[in-house]
Amino acid sequence: MKLKNLLTATTAAGLVLAAGVAMAAGTHPETGEALADVQTFVYATIDESPSIDPGLVEDVEGSAVVRDLFEGLMNQDREGNPIPGVATSYDVSDDKLTYTFHLRPEAMWSDGTPVKASDFVFAWQRVANPETASPYAWYMELMSVAGAAEIIAGEATPDTLGVAATDDHTLVVTLTQPLPYFPEMVTHTTTFPVPQHVVEAKGAEWIQPENFVGNGAYVLTEHVQQERLVRAKSDTYWDKDNVYITEVTRLVINDENQALTRWQAGEVDKTETLPTGQYGALSAEYPTEAISVPELCTYYYNFNLRDGSPEWEHDVRVRQALSLAVDRDIIVNNVLGAGQIAAYTFTPGATAGFEVPEVPAATMTQEERNAKAQALMAEAGYGADNPLKLEILYNTSEAHKSIAIAVSQMWKQTLGVEATMGNMEWQTFLEARGNGSFEISRAGWCGDYNEASTFLDLMASGSGYNDSKFNNARVDELLASAKTMEDPSANYTEIEHIVSEEMPVIPIYHYAAAFMLNDAVKGWPLDNVQQTWYSRQLYKVAE
Amino acid sequence: MFAFILRRLAVAVPTILVLVVLSYILMFAAPGGPFNAERPLPPQVLANIEARYGLDQPYWKQIFNYIWKIVTEFDFGPSFKYRDRTVSQIIGQGFPVTFVYGFWSFVVAVVAGISLGVAAAVKHNSWLDYFAVGLSIGAQSLPNFVMAPILVIVFTLWLQWLPGGGWNGGQWQYVVLPVIALSTSYMASIARITRSSMLEVLNAGFIRTARAKGLPMSRIIWKHAMKPAMLPVLSYLGPAFVLMITGSVVVDVYFSTGGIGQFFVNAAFNRDYSVMMGVTILMGVLTIVFNLIVDLLYAWIDPKIRY
Repeated sequence: MKLKNLLTATTAAGLVLAAGVAMAAGTHPETGEALADVQTFVYATIDESPSIDPGLVEDVEGSAVVRDLFEGLMNQDREGNPIPGVATSYDVSDDKLTYTFHLRPEAMWSDGTPVKASDFVFAWQRVANPETASPYAWYMELMSVAGAAEIIAGEATPDTLGVAATDDHTLVVTLTQPLPYFPEMVTHTTTFPVPQHVVEAKGAEWIQPENFVGNGAYVLTEHVQQERLVRAKSDTYWDKDNVYITEVTRLVINDENQALTRWQAGEVDKTETLPTGQYGALSAEYPTEAISVPELCTYYYNFNLRDGSPEWEHDVRVRQALSLAVDRDIIVNNVLGAGQIAAYTFTPGATAGFEVPEVPAATMTQEERNAKAQALMAEAGYGADNPLKLEILYNTSEAHKSIAIAVSQMWKQTLGVEATMGNMEWQTFLEARGNGSFEISRAGWCGDYNEASTFLDLMASGSGYNDSKFNNARVDELLASAKTMEDPSANYTEIEHIVSEEMPVIPIYHYAAAFMLNDAVKGWPLDNVQQTWYSRQLYKVAE
Repeated sequence: MFAFILRRLAVAVPTILVLVVLSYILMFAAPGGPFNAERPLPPQVLANIEARYGLDQPYWKQIFNYIWKIVTEFDFGPSFKYRDRTVSQIIGQGFPVTFVYGFWSFVVAVVAGISLGVAAAVKHNSWLDYFAVGLSIGAQSLPNFVMAPILVIVFTLWLQWLPGGGWNGGQWQYVVLPVIALSTSYMASIARITRSSMLEVLNAGFIRTARAKGLPMSRIIWKHAMKPAMLPVLSYLGPAFVLMITGSVVVDVYFSTGGIGQFFVNAAFNRDYSVMMGVTILMGVLTIVFNLIVDLLYAWIDPKIRY
């Protein structure tokens, strides 16, 4: 590893000298750390991204690529707060329905043409346009941009979208309702601009490296499907003087163990994940490089509250008992062991502005929970002579299987429940869960943005993601009124309490992102719970 | 001979057609679809996407359109999962990768396998025979999903000789480990088939005659025994070659080569209909072509076979 690094270091240093770039060596102007001569960053991801076109991108890792190649109106800082991107500032109208963004005149596409407000208009209309068939078209609707819903439904033409360029550097957005967190929403990659002149000239091929034009800190230089994606520092980016990493390579390594081995061999600086259960050993061996940070995601089990599902599902005492008997501490510490957090409520505590409500189950000891669970089960008429029988359904995966085994054992020991386990291949599982052919099904949900409604909206009776088919009029009412409140936290607390009493789902744990990160790489935004990172935040220090 | 080739090619067309239609039906019969995810799309958005890809049309029409586009424009459609690519681009990028490591694996497997098999047969019941049999049983029973990680730990982590994966345009360092991982079990099979077929031939009457005439052993093996002994090996090599150049899921996944092999499985899991069909057709055409080549080689080796 040392020899290889040295070799690449000398070659690259030679190249840098030859090119006469004075950037590579030196010290970081803010921290004073000595910078490494070679500023390249290589990271591994499990899967190839479905798309890296801002209008079509749908996965987390693809969004990271898009944030390097393009820049939206606003960026996020290392804590996740919105800071100026292409827009230097914005004004809000008194009724909070009109946002006027002022774009920086020096922003440029990588072919040297200026970034215009009309590029944003083009990009937003393109996302909403049914012909584009964007999987994130609904994001325009979520942002409450005027006309988005009608355009997606095919009832209006894309040019009726509530976004307009009054001149080259002024973008005006009209909303249908006030949204306090609108500026945060435009840090999302779906709202990023695309170069109208290139997209119109090249069609679907515009995102290939040979045609690529972007406005981000990096330009796309190589993209081999399922193997690697390379991006190089852009020399047209307005803030290029503060960009340290000169080349970023994303490798696709499907196998977690293989990614870990290659990290150990020094081939990659960062892995996306760690194999289940290995975080403990790795953090003992590499205390500063094995990292675990909370994530805005919740792992839970659905009950099935549809008409016609087994009778016990409709008995709140049984649902309560099953939830109480799950020893979350064993699952997060012994089964997973990578810094996950036991969950008794639905929304993760890491969510901005959200205080985890003290539901009764959270403050009890496991013995107390088990005792209460046994009492509830007995009350519901289940016992040794009449055991409850049920099936846990999950999609095929080692981690889901381990959790299902642990939970079914806990239920058996505490409550005498005879749980069987069913696993299905992913697509078959989604279909079964979606149409309600299950008794208990696993689920995971990650927040789209850093606000509790992105979780609690799942409890709305009309939500397409409400797989348990929970239906509570008070919850619907609280969710609706929370949308336009300045401070909706009281509503969120009440919803969590109702959910914890009615127990339509069993929250099990909140995710943690665990990965390996080379010590030399600095600037990783560990405090950003959405894991929104930009390569231009990073730099490598001399070892 | 030409009439034979023409006849075979004429049969190939309906064969492929049946393959396409059957695969399509199986595909539609599988639950789920390319646009299902943990987070289901809002119905209107899903409808727009399905309309964009023609999935809102009746099945028979989808099959017809698919075949029609291939015949008239040689267009295999866009990938449903990888939205920035067409099926032709995916195969165009992935197939050369698997072809390179598959081809070299084939060469290694054939050369090593046949040498091992012949040596074992000629020195029947000697230590060389036991060694060859032991080696080939060992190589065959060690699955490549066990071997691949071991290779990486040894050659990348401990010895630091070779990169643990990637392709990087096919530089030789990146090709070595995939070739070892892919070729071993094929080599073992070839060695086994060669050995038993060679043993049988060496016991045949015409070999006894040749030996009685006093011909040297090397001449007997190369001139008289080799050709007939190769017939069963050849019928194994045709399909094996196709399997090797279309890659292996295990090799693609463990060595992150970007090859086409992983699409056999991934496209099916993702319900990426168009990629699944494209890869199936590629595999079908190659199988038909190489079976034909094997049949022609048969006629060359065995004069009793005439077409």
